[in-house]
Amino acid sequence: MKGQLNWFKGGFLLAAAFLLAVAFVKPIGVSTQFVIADGIVWNLFSDTVVKKDTASKSGYTSPNAYLNKSGGKYAKNVAKPLNYSFVFVIAMLIGAFISAQLGGPKPAAQDRIAPEPWRNRFGQKPVLRYITVFLAGVLVLFGARLAGGCTSGHMMSGMMQTSLSGYLFALGTFAVAVPVAVLVYKRN
Amino acid sequence: MTIFLAVILGIFFGFALQRVGATNPANIINMLRLTDLHLMKAIFFAIGLSSTLLFVLMNIGVINPGHLSVKSSYVGVIIGGAIMGVGFAVAGYCPGTGLTAIADGRKDALFFLGGGLLGALIYTLVYGSIQNTWLFNKIAGGKVMLATGSDTYQALLPAIPGTLLAAGIGIAFMVIAWILPKKV
Repeated sequence: MKGQLNWFKGGFLLAAAFLLAVAFVKPIGVSTQFVIADGIVWNLFSDTVVKKDTASKSGYTSPNAYLNKSGGKYAKNVAKPLNYSFVFVIAMLIGAFISAQLGGPKPAAQDRIAPEPWRNRFGQKPVLRYITVFLAGVLVLFGARLAGGCTSGHMMSGMMQTSLSGYLFALGTFAVAVPVAVLVYKRN
Repeated sequence: MTIFLAVILGIFFGFALQRVGATNPANIINMLRLTDLHLMKAIFFAIGLSSTLLFVLMNIGVINPGHLSVKSSYVGVIIGGAIMGVGFAVAGYCPGTGLTAIADGRKDALFFLGGGLLGALIYTLVYGSIQNTWLFNKIAGGKVMLATGSDTYQALLPAIPGTLLAAGIGIAFMVIAWILPKKV
């Protein structure tokens, strides 16, 4: 597609992003912030989901076992959304927007509803695509949270650090994703 | 200062994802059904190059090894990866690219975001009842890496100098990126 970098230049740019992040702060990760975003909304409607607690390692605690994990690390980030990891993920949206505006690849109107392989297989109806992608989103984030990271945190950042978990995650993901993609979209 | 870095580094990463075509689900689907390996080549090259440079720069003292953050290995990593793989293949989105695809004006990405927020919420609610199950049985000691180079995390292959091992794997990844055919 026009505006898209070739694998060498694109890979170089991605490598720079992952390397700069770990050089200055810490490895890139995304999927945790879906939990933080849920927590922020939950916290708007509840007085009990996150509480200050000097006894906890982070200074915050939650009755929810997941938000309370690792000394209330997530609970703290829910209480203070202006933290590095959450702002990083919001800034990604701005970066992608800038790229799209400054000569990056631009999807056509029909691509904005469903990508070409989908249209070739299932036609133009938006509703089927939207429902399927919603359910796929549920699986993707549930799976990523069970795994403790996603393509960014486990696969890219993990394998960059030669972390065993990165290789295991990539194995689990591709062992399923490749046959599913072939089955759903066929090879031609 | 860290917020400033979050903005700069986040913009850089989002820019890179869009520019390499990762926010386009057609590229992900075509990679996974093995018809167009453009993204696969970019990913292999990016991991290989960043890994090689990371270990070399740690070795000569430019990057602080204290910045490493190695995630734990447990049974759920593989199973979670497999569950993610189903949605990844069908949607053509992973968490990072699904989010940034919204900046492309992709409407289906908004539905992915909604589903993603629901999936993360479901996990947040069920975690308490699965946290003590076999899903979290550690593999090879949990937070381990292959190469030496960190004081925090144990190395699985301590006999090989860490920089050499990481650079060896990194270069192998870059060679794979180079020899993989673009179209299959």
